[in-house]
Amino acid sequence: MKMIVAIIKPFKLDPVREALTSVGVEGLTVSEVKGYGRQKGQTEIYRGAEYAVNFLPKVRLELVVSDDKVDAVHDAIVTAAKTDKIGDGKIFVLPVEAATRIRTAETGDAAL
Amino acid sequence: MFKLLQKITPLALLGALVAGPANAAVEGETAFVFNTLLFLVMGFLVMWMAAGFAMLESGMVRSKNVATICVKNVAIYAIAGIMFYVVGYQLMYGIDEGGYIGSFSIWAPDNAAFLSETPDFGEGDTYAPSSDWFFQMVFVATAASIVSGTLAERIKLWPFLIFVIVLTGFIYPIQGGWQWGGGWLSEAGFSDFAGSTLVHSVGGWAALTGALILGARKGRFTSSGSTPMPGSSMPLATLGTFILWLGWFGFNGGSQLALGSAANAISVAQIFINTNMAAAGGVVAALIFTQLVFGKVDLTIVLNGAIGGLVSITAEPLAPTGLQAILIGGVGGILIPLAVIALDKLKIDDVVGAIPAHLVCGIWGTLAVPLTNSEVTFSSQILGVAAIGAFVIVTSTIAWFILKAITGIRVSEEDEIAGLDKSELGMEAYPEFTNA
Repeated sequence: MKMIVAIIKPFKLDPVREALTSVGVEGLTVSEVKGYGRQKGQTEIYRGAEYAVNFLPKVRLELVVSDDKVDAVHDAIVTAAKTDKIGDGKIFVLPVEAATRIRTAETGDAAL
Repeated sequence: MFKLLQKITPLALLGALVAGPANAAVEGETAFVFNTLLFLVMGFLVMWMAAGFAMLESGMVRSKNVATICVKNVAIYAIAGIMFYVVGYQLMYGIDEGGYIGSFSIWAPDNAAFLSETPDFGEGDTYAPSSDWFFQMVFVATAASIVSGTLAERIKLWPFLIFVIVLTGFIYPIQGGWQWGGGWLSEAGFSDFAGSTLVHSVGGWAALTGALILGARKGRFTSSGSTPMPGSSMPLATLGTFILWLGWFGFNGGSQLALGSAANAISVAQIFINTNMAAAGGVVAALIFTQLVFGKVDLTIVLNGAIGGLVSITAEPLAPTGLQAILIGGVGGILIPLAVIALDKLKIDDVVGAIPAHLVCGIWGTLAVPLTNSEVTFSSQILGVAAIGAFVIVTSTIAWFILKAITGIRVSEEDEIAGLDKSELGMEAYPEFTNA
């Protein structure tokens, strides 16, 4: 099992979710987050004065999949979230030791 | 009363010369009813401006200070009414002709002449005394509301409210008596129809002295320049501006002080149009200016532009044509961003832009009166702006320094960072966002 964490542009959430559904992902967790990468935020203007917004709004996806689905999920996110412009985001893949479905106490891939 | 006579007499004379007996067709009691109705309806429109200020200021402060600004706004309106009842009205209108200060006494309506068996309704220039009191009272609240926006997010609640007592009970009525009470300024030929100087600049001067003595919000001005602190809700700020715009029809229209004749009805209608056109001119001017100078339209400055246009026309909303009103308001709309930039350079922190809108445009509107009203001179206008400015600067500076010495006027740095809602009130304006 692997956990996939993806930071994407907020408006790409729907295309990414659809792409994940089409490769068989049955559940995921989403949070609104803020942060910056190499683009270092942007400037906004208020009452005539410019100011730097260091943290840009992003969406963070978390999902755990069985090992055989990792590549398909990874590719689906890349394809759906890509705009070719700075700020498209990142994907991280982490090992997962165990998983349990609380309702049934199933474990491992069956819990996903 | 003096203000009323001043305006009605020329119109009544004109009516007598042109229309002859037609002008007398309206009975004294009918005119009495219409005049009273004007005061009451225009008065509750102006009362609603308190809601406009509350929403404008709520939108322009950060969410951690919204509940406090709401408390201040509702308290200001209440305190202004009580102070004007207890001492203000008589201090303003219980003044001798050409005098400097009215009497210290509680106001009470004198209805006897109108309720007697042989009532005397004058020449169409009378009204229920209580309706006049109500209309004048709501103006006081406006002047005080101006101060709260500038000083938001860092001033202590109670010292601020004590200042409001001083402003609405004493500072505003004393200088108001000089002009609208028939005191020395009106004898000197000063003209301020609905209060560009008497109401708006007074609030603006008190706000400016407060801002200087209180200092800027922490982190607002640093060595690298000014750091904007964007307000919590642009829709609320926009709603507040529209409410003020609506209330202003009462502010200026009611200041005609009479609706008992065709001439007065025509004047009130013209005032409505000019008031609207000036606000429109202010918005469009600010819209174009911010696009050209900042590269993007700046919403809060455009909102200030509407208020600036309204303040600019308030000193003379009757004499200009609609086109002149657009231009007078438009100049106000340009003065707003210029004043915002200047205040930033001077490191004066005005949270909502009340100093540009009410003080700067108040001065402009007052000085612009002779452009459209040939009976008024520039020298008398400058005298009025300077005299009232000096009076309010001195008295409010004294009041601020006394408060600073006795109670302190600024919250601690820690409280400021936590937000006044938590430190002053122990509550939040939007608790469900964090505690749901």
